[in-house]
Amino acid sequence: MDPELIKDCVHCGFCLPTCPTYVLWGEEMDSPRGRIHLMGQHTEGTPLTGAMAGHFDACLGCMACVTACPSGVRYDRLIEQTRAVVEREHVRRPDERAVRALVFALFPYRRRLRAMRLPMRLGRRLQPFLERVNPSLGAMAELAPADVPRPVRLPPLVRARGPRRARVGLLTGCVQGEFFPQVNAATARVLALEGCDVVIPPRQGCCGALSLHSGREAEARRFARRTVAVFGRADVDAVVVNAAGCGSSMKTYAEVLADDPAWAARAGALRIRDLAEFLAELGPAAERRPLPVSVAYHDACHLAHAQGVRAQPRDLLRAVPGLELREVAEAAICCGSAGTYNLFQPRAARELGDRKAERVLATGAEVLVSANPGCSMQIAAAVRRAGGGEIRVAHTAEVLDASLRGLDPGVLGRSPGAGKARTKR
Amino acid sequence: MSVLERLTERLTAVLPPDAVVTDPVRLRTYECDGLTVHRAVPGVVVLPETTEQVAAVVRLCREHGVPFVARGSGTGLSGGALPRTDGVLVVTSRMRRIVEIDVPDRRAVVEPGVTNLAITEAVRDQGYYYAPDPSSQQVCSIGGNVAENSGGAHCLKYGFTVNHVLAAEIVTPDGDVVELSAGDPGYDLLGAFVGSEGTLGIATKITVRLSRAPEAVTTLLAAFTGIEAGGHAVSAIIAAGVVPAAIEMMDALAIEAAEAAVHCGYPAGAGAVLVVELDGPRAEVEHQFAAVERICRDSGAFEIRTAASGEERAAIWKGRKSAFAAVGRISPAYIVQDGVVPRTALPRVLAGIDRLQEEYGIRVANVFHAGDGNLHPLVLFDDAVPGERERAETVSGRILDLCVEHGGSITGEHGVGVDKSRYMPRMFTEDDLGTMQLLRCAFDPEGLANPGKVFPTPRLCGEAPGVRTGVHPLVEAGLAEQF
Ligand SMILES: Cc1cc2nc3c(=O)[nH]c(=O)nc-3n(C[C@H](O)[C@H](O)[C@H](O)COP(=O)(O)OP(=O)(O)OC[C@H]3O[C@@H](n4cnc5c(N)ncnc54)[C@H](O)[C@@H]3O)c2cc1C
Ligand code: SF4
Ligand code: SF4
Repeated sequence: MDPELIKDCVHCGFCLPTCPTYVLWGEEMDSPRGRIHLMGQHTEGTPLTGAMAGHFDACLGCMACVTACPSGVRYDRLIEQTRAVVEREHVRRPDERAVRALVFALFPYRRRLRAMRLPMRLGRRLQPFLERVNPSLGAMAELAPADVPRPVRLPPLVRARGPRRARVGLLTGCVQGEFFPQVNAATARVLALEGCDVVIPPRQGCCGALSLHSGREAEARRFARRTVAVFGRADVDAVVVNAAGCGSSMKTYAEVLADDPAWAARAGALRIRDLAEFLAELGPAAERRPLPVSVAYHDACHLAHAQGVRAQPRDLLRAVPGLELREVAEAAICCGSAGTYNLFQPRAARELGDRKAERVLATGAEVLVSANPGCSMQIAAAVRRAGGGEIRVAHTAEVLDASLRGLDPGVLGRSPGAGKARTKR
Repeated sequence: MSVLERLTERLTAVLPPDAVVTDPVRLRTYECDGLTVHRAVPGVVVLPETTEQVAAVVRLCREHGVPFVARGSGTGLSGGALPRTDGVLVVTSRMRRIVEIDVPDRRAVVEPGVTNLAITEAVRDQGYYYAPDPSSQQVCSIGGNVAENSGGAHCLKYGFTVNHVLAAEIVTPDGDVVELSAGDPGYDLLGAFVGSEGTLGIATKITVRLSRAPEAVTTLLAAFTGIEAGGHAVSAIIAAGVVPAAIEMMDALAIEAAEAAVHCGYPAGAGAVLVVELDGPRAEVEHQFAAVERICRDSGAFEIRTAASGEERAAIWKGRKSAFAAVGRISPAYIVQDGVVPRTALPRVLAGIDRLQEEYGIRVANVFHAGDGNLHPLVLFDDAVPGERERAETVSGRILDLCVEHGGSITGEHGVGVDKSRYMPRMFTEDDLGTMQLLRCAFDPEGLANPGKVFPTPRLCGEAPGVRTGVHPLVEAGLAEQF
């Protein structure tokens, strides 16, 4: 926890109303200002207490406070450093340790995630039981998508349609790749239709976001170096990322690898772009066909707050003829997904999810569009809890894909065979 | 068992679980408000959710003779919510329900922890808003606004909090729940309560006036090479009989900070910018706009921009609204000063501030509500430089002297709190202060409501003003302090 960064906070409180935990609990120590104060206490010599660690753990890392702060406090860096200190100095309860070990052994590894798909579907039926054993296990089971499309094997290179305008790399992501493979396929098609050669290195692994956001620095650096190497070799104009959490971490690679100047330089040379950001910079070339559907756009925190990408996805959606874009109230407040948050802090995540579901349902839109797999799973689970059945969720890429290929809007958020597996409550 | 421990036990019994904070690390996060130079770790913090809970807390405090301090969002800039180490901090951040919105009668009833902006957001769709607009409006609580009689850029035309509060339910320092209303016959007790900085009790429900959004709003940004020219334009605008909704001025240093923070894109090379907002019926606004534009040009404005859309208006305001906090970008630390001078004295006072900057080698950024002469000099310093904080504090104090010398006041809207109590004797005589003390004692005979604030030498009630003999029995018992 860098005391210089802590000093930047002038204690004005402008960040309080956008902090999800302050919105929920209304107490100083669960606000950005309070957490920064706690960090200050620790750097001044107060030992890390269980209470302190609890308030850091309760932070979603949604970075709404970074957006709100007029003094430019780098809360993103601060919380990352703090999480690493918590990992080093704080001894967690045995059940917490077990859940964390499970998640970190699983999520960053696609093959392991794949093996989990069947148990997770079973798990959803066992959810009430798991909930009683441990709320985190319950949350994990509840989040599992009802029906996961068959994995799609993407070729290592998808050629541009028409004249080539750029050569890009595509990060396929762990959770995105396993639970939402159709999103990666759609992303590749959209990029190709917009005139990009899309390089999809088959051996890419986890980008390290999960580890980074949880204070597992060494592991994060390992993942970061591998990702930098893989895409460095691919010789691309930009690396396009369609999962907000991955993109926001990858954009900080140079800082993550700062200890090693050679690696930091290699990381700095990569141009990392969110899909919507990239498409907005590139400008449209392919024809948009009408897609008569109403969509509610959800701002993923790691896109809106961490990367400042708010206008681009909305503009892209609005440019689709026939599509009606609806805003969700309290758009700046996190849905509670926040990477692994819904697994480690299930109660707070659930409250935030319920709040978000209520506002999403109030839009009356047919499809919920978001740019982060975690948000989609979280909100879908909350809508189920609210008795709203199975809400149709789609990624921005899928909407554009449907428009570019002239598909029926009915396909959005409905994977083939979904009808059978959908649970009705 | 200490008094505080005994009290804490009783508090736990009357409040919901989680509403009593005693963990030392957690308590410390409440040690200061927006003015971080004053710090004190509260004895205990409570987070009540209802009026009844607040009343129960206050009654217990009285029973145990323990002082209590109210706190809203903790954005105050005079240390008004500075806790007592031997007392209870009553935080209203969980009392944030909007109880009732009554558009036909143009009023809303809210709990004290509701933010200023939340009221406007709740009625905006219906064409209404809550008029007083402190720069901290997205976070400061309405309870804090009432306690400080907060103002904002638009108070020039529409008045301060006191003009927009219709009634308040308060818990008196005795623990009684009473309703004060602007319509009450007899003494204006509501008027006395607004601006009382938590020394007369805790507001638990507030009825505010909703204002109709004006038909037309035009915002203009005028850039001048220097602050004198800007000041001249302000005087000329008011002299011409125009009452803008707001006239705000920022000097070069403040512009630099805002630019660094929010990239507001103010004209390059400006030594001062003036933000003038006109609102009202369309025809009137157009007429006034022409006059203001002409006056600005005559006073030497080298660039004038007009906001046509809501977004452009927001862009102009963004620089101004974020100016305080943005100063954090150009200085490790700063003091926000708050003083008032008659408009005509503005140029002389600003020249005086310039001299102070030179004399002490301290930078001062100026942001002010120019229309009503409310100055907010931001005195910059770096704690890492030995002696700089002390020099900054001296400059800050001497700016207030300047204000008083020129017939102004030591606070425009941030209140007296703990920070300015020592300046009160510069404005008021012993008799004046004694009279104020009598009012306070009528509400709070035991002196338990936010003691140590507002008054330079807190006197115990029952003592004759101005005469103090011997040690008060409460002090002897360790239940009260005298400074
Ligand atoms: C960046 C910045 C900009 C600001 N701009 C402005 C501005 O433009 N205009 C302006 O006027 N102020 C401004 N302020 C100061 C501050 O926001 C106001 O004084 C505000 O009203 C304080 O509200 P709060 O909820 O934070 O109160 P707190 O700081 O928590 O408390 C302030 C005082 O009110 C008392 N109090 C709080 N709640 C209650 C209650 N329910 N009943 C009784 N007493 C209570 C406290 O005891 C204390 O004395 C600014 C502050 C900051 C940090
Ligand atoms: S990152 Fe999000 S949850 Fe954490 S302090 Fe900031 S606003 Fe609050
Ligand atoms: S907005 Fe920024 S400076 Fe203000 S309290 Fe929050 S983090 Fe600190």
